[in-house]
Amino acid sequence: MKTLVWVEHDGATVKDATLAVVTAASQLGEVHLLVAGQGVAGVAAEAAKIAGVGTVHVADDAAYAHALAENVAPLIAGLMATHDAFLAPATTNGKNIAPRVAALLDVMQISDILSVESEDTFTRPIYAGNAIATVQTKDAKKVITVRGTAFAKAATEGGSGTIEAVATTGDAGLSSYVGSEIAKSERPELTSAKIIVSGGRALGSDAQFHAIIDPLADKLGAGVGASRAAVDAGYAPNDYQVGQTGKIVAPEVYVAVGISGAIQHLAGMKDSKVIIAINKDEDAPIFQVADYGLVGDLFKLVPELTEKL
Amino acid sequence: MKVMVPVKRVLDYNVKPRVKADGTGVDLANVKMSMNPFDEIAVEEAIRLKDKGVTEIVVVSIGEQKSQETLRTALAMGADRAILVVSEDRVEPLGVAKLLQAIVAEEKPDLIILGKQAIDDDNNQTGQMLAGLMGVGQATFASKVELTADSVTVTREVDGGSETETLTLPAIITVDLRLNEPRYASLPNIMKAKSKPMAQKTPGDYGVDVTPRVTTLKVVEPAKRSAGVKVADVDELVAKLKAMGVAK
Repeated sequence: MKTLVWVEHDGATVKDATLAVVTAASQLGEVHLLVAGQGVAGVAAEAAKIAGVGTVHVADDAAYAHALAENVAPLIAGLMATHDAFLAPATTNGKNIAPRVAALLDVMQISDILSVESEDTFTRPIYAGNAIATVQTKDAKKVITVRGTAFAKAATEGGSGTIEAVATTGDAGLSSYVGSEIAKSERPELTSAKIIVSGGRALGSDAQFHAIIDPLADKLGAGVGASRAAVDAGYAPNDYQVGQTGKIVAPEVYVAVGISGAIQHLAGMKDSKVIIAINKDEDAPIFQVADYGLVGDLFKLVPELTEKL
Repeated sequence: MKVMVPVKRVLDYNVKPRVKADGTGVDLANVKMSMNPFDEIAVEEAIRLKDKGVTEIVVVSIGEQKSQETLRTALAMGADRAILVVSEDRVEPLGVAKLLQAIVAEEKPDLIILGKQAIDDDNNQTGQMLAGLMGVGQATFASKVELTADSVTVTREVDGGSETETLTLPAIITVDLRLNEPRYASLPNIMKAKSKPMAQKTPGDYGVDVTPRVTTLKVVEPAKRSAGVKVADVDELVAKLKAMGVAK
């Protein structure tokens, strides 16, 4: 099978999310990449070095600058004439674009796959990860989004893909980009962090969230996450949210501070290698999945932990 | 201006799903079902847009006969009219999008607001597919919606922050959690909703083939985590972290 992989990038470098998708694609067959954007020669050059990559299709046009689905979906649908599968990471971009491509091709998409069982059979989580379904598609062309934490990352060196410009499809004229607010952070990106420290509603305020969580995260070189309750209460920004509706993470160590462990939160982090929970309620559901639990007042325990590390 | 809001009946979000022993799916017999939480947010947003030029809200559901309860809930919240497309068999997002496309062709709404995903299948596809089939603009994961006579400006939740887009109407919006806080239907409104019109259709009425393309071979429980231990104090936790090589 010839697969086409959506390269997630920020205009300058290939994002990590792409690498897991390359691994998933390599299990299906030949791996080709699509770099769409404006002024993306550098990204394409970087993408061509990813291990195991064949042709890197480059679509350089102002219409693709912000990856608007209305503009990139026809481009991808066109390229699918010569590919058998389209794979994208299950990021907000991937989730936005892939189903539109699937509709244009009249195929059903398989969302958020955890494994490739065969050319047409995949596993994926349903019901907030409380069940794993094995699904088989009858569609000739496959459109798939891939859960980044479920596949190893392909090596960023060693590949020798050939870069090839593709005909652009232009602006569909249906939507226009107004602007964006991307939070600047020095910390590791949540979905690729090895260690994550996450705070919940028990932190009590924005100021306390930063006073308690940030020093511990800094000490561990960790990314910072939050439960929905903490985000809704305004203690942390939206893109910190870990869970069914936020980010899905699987770090080596996940430290849950003042998080009770609702089904929707567990959906986003229960594949972490080691889970540590600090909570004053010893019956909190988080302790049922935690490898190490510490019962007590987080306002005393977390500063003490930070101090002793 | 007319707004259409598709809603889905799903297992209530507070219920822990149980996988059937024979591996055919999740047990939905005698469990509490509710409107998909994201769809409640979509209905709420449509109602709030009533001060901004929206004159009619049509809610649509595709699924088993009991989905009419979900539609009544939407009517009680403030929707004007409902369409139920009865299919006792599961209809997947592509089929739902095609049925919705056919309904849109009849109803000609200016704006269609959906939830970003249903909490049962966790697909996150239907809105985007409908937008693709209709050839209109899509704004997914909306956290803010500003409507004018011929366009809609939507702030979207994206990885790393937020992004704003303007779409010409007609357009599709899928809503995220933080767009609004859905209202509860009051008892008088629940009573009133019983007399609001609800049309009943079948996929055949729209000439749409909803045969599934994807077959579920089996459904299993995820691997269970082995039971952990409670540590007595911070020192013991620090020792564990050191043993893992996380702390020096």
